[in-house]
Amino acid sequence: MVATTPRSTVTPTATTKRRRRGRLRLLSRRDKFVVAAMLGIPLLLDAAFIWFPALASIGLSFTKWTGVGGVHLTSCANLPSVPGIPQAGCLYGVQNYKQAFTNYPPFWPAVQHNATWLLVFIVLATPLGMLFAVILDRGIRGSRIYQSILFLPVMLSLALIGIIWELIYSPNYGLINTIIGRNGNNNLIDWLGDPHLNLWALLVEATWRQAGYVMVLYLAGLKSVDPALREAATVDGASSWQTFWRVVFPAMRPINIVVLVVTVIESLRAFDLVYITTKGNIARGLELLSISVTQNIVGETQRIGFGSTLGVILLVISLVPISIFLYQAFRRENR
Amino acid sequence: MTATTELPAPFADARPRPIGPRRKRGVRAGGAITQVFMIVMVVLWLTPIVFALYVALRPEAETNKLGYVSLPHHLTLSNFANAWTQSQMWHFFLNSVYITVPAVVITLLLASAFAYVVSRLSFRFNIPLLILFTAGNLLPQQVIITPLYRLYLSIHLPTGLTGSGLLYNSILGLIVINTSFQLGFCVFVLSNYMKTIPTDMDEAAVVDGATLWTRYWRLTLPLCRPALAALATLLTTWIYNDFFWAITLISTGSKRPITSALANLQGQFVQNQNMIAAAALLAAIPTLIVYAVLQRQFIAGLALGSSKG
Repeated sequence: MVATTPRSTVTPTATTKRRRRGRLRLLSRRDKFVVAAMLGIPLLLDAAFIWFPALASIGLSFTKWTGVGGVHLTSCANLPSVPGIPQAGCLYGVQNYKQAFTNYPPFWPAVQHNATWLLVFIVLATPLGMLFAVILDRGIRGSRIYQSILFLPVMLSLALIGIIWELIYSPNYGLINTIIGRNGNNNLIDWLGDPHLNLWALLVEATWRQAGYVMVLYLAGLKSVDPALREAATVDGASSWQTFWRVVFPAMRPINIVVLVVTVIESLRAFDLVYITTKGNIARGLELLSISVTQNIVGETQRIGFGSTLGVILLVISLVPISIFLYQAFRRENR
Repeated sequence: MTATTELPAPFADARPRPIGPRRKRGVRAGGAITQVFMIVMVVLWLTPIVFALYVALRPEAETNKLGYVSLPHHLTLSNFANAWTQSQMWHFFLNSVYITVPAVVITLLLASAFAYVVSRLSFRFNIPLLILFTAGNLLPQQVIITPLYRLYLSIHLPTGLTGSGLLYNSILGLIVINTSFQLGFCVFVLSNYMKTIPTDMDEAAVVDGATLWTRYWRLTLPLCRPALAALATLLTTWIYNDFFWAITLISTGSKRPITSALANLQGQFVQNQNMIAAAALLAAIPTLIVYAVLQRQFIAGLALGSSKG
């Protein structure tokens, strides 16, 4: 009788394990072939076109390569270089990193601008989107129309957003300068050209889109909060402010993480708006890591090693939010 | 798996709840302030789009004289007509269709197949595989673009297949990268969704001797229709709106899909902002249709993607 207690807890796991293994054994030969294809083809695509390049960028970041003549596994110092003939790829040590940090003028401005981008998303776009969601979730009159309008920019491409906002910011004819009376040739404000203003002008555009995105995520989050929690808080005499911050907001933890991850990743990915506004060039005031990366492959001289180095720096930064998300999403299954 | 009892919760919660007393209580003295705030916000949100439409509807000569903020003497559709005829927009639009339609179909097919296997069969590598896919989708595109660009230049294909003979600068190349990049998100959503579908039917079908393919294609996929519809809407919009892959992996202007072709049009019509606005709005028509007709699907897709984060 004493032994029954441990046995009864052990037996179910044993049977499920046996059944699981059984399920695999039940597969016919044809089924096994089908399973291999169903797993293999997506896996091959993901491995070849996402993870192989991601890992290759780490390797290439330690090389110097103009894209001509393959990569040799010898140090650049030992490789003969003939003037006029581009040197083949060679091992360059940490020189690219050194150069990025000390001898590449757009680098630190780019880091600063990416950080500003993130900061504006965190202090402006995200709270605004959350506020919209909270208001709409209360079901005020016109909620549906408000939601549709605030959501509209999320559907538009960033290229389109960049183009239509140029009309708002246009120095001579634009909406803002006309309204504030700065559209004369002697007192123009060049919102998109002035290095002190252009980042902020683009961040308004980006916020215009991001807030709607965050709003939709939080609308889903608010719906998933058990109404009983709120009612209990109200019964206990909590104000609606307290109820939200002490009860509802913590209960939305999964969504908060998703929003955080989306916010960080989107500010690292920021590219399209700047590209459209600067016509693909590096413009003072609008340096971003993403723009610097592509400058190294679309220009006249390819700098594969250096471009990869900037990519790896982006990778290292983005691994932080990615890990947070993966931990949150998969820890339940791992238990 | 203990998770099976927990997982349905987010999806059950995603269903709209009947309007309870909580909502009515929201309308209080603060209601008026809230309404004013929302109306101001909505006006701000609409301004850029309405303004662009207004500029696009006016002749360039007139706005050059009066600026964009002025009363109209003429309203005309000629900017739209000229943008359409002078820039081969139909051609770019077709490029977008050739990229978007195959990419969406293939992504959903591959992602659902993969999701079916990892959610129905127990391998030791289920979770690591899912993590691999999910993480891949979260990487900034710029992390992989440099080696990917070299990879695309080094993959040779029969010229009949791509025109360029390479994966680089080909429509096929864009289909491949859009598919590969979006697979992660779709696998993540679909595997979560499939885990909420009871396995009883599947097991009954095994007893009846149904093959694995039949169980996936005939039994599980039809039950995933809501998730597939939502994902199809999201993917269509995202891939149609893609700018980055097309800018970096296509070098011939005429091969670009319409969203990235806007960058060329900007250069082409640099003297005529009115026409650029018209072209941009024309390019947005498909997404605006999706917005008008399938907005709920789109939002449902985003909710699915975040419900189990």
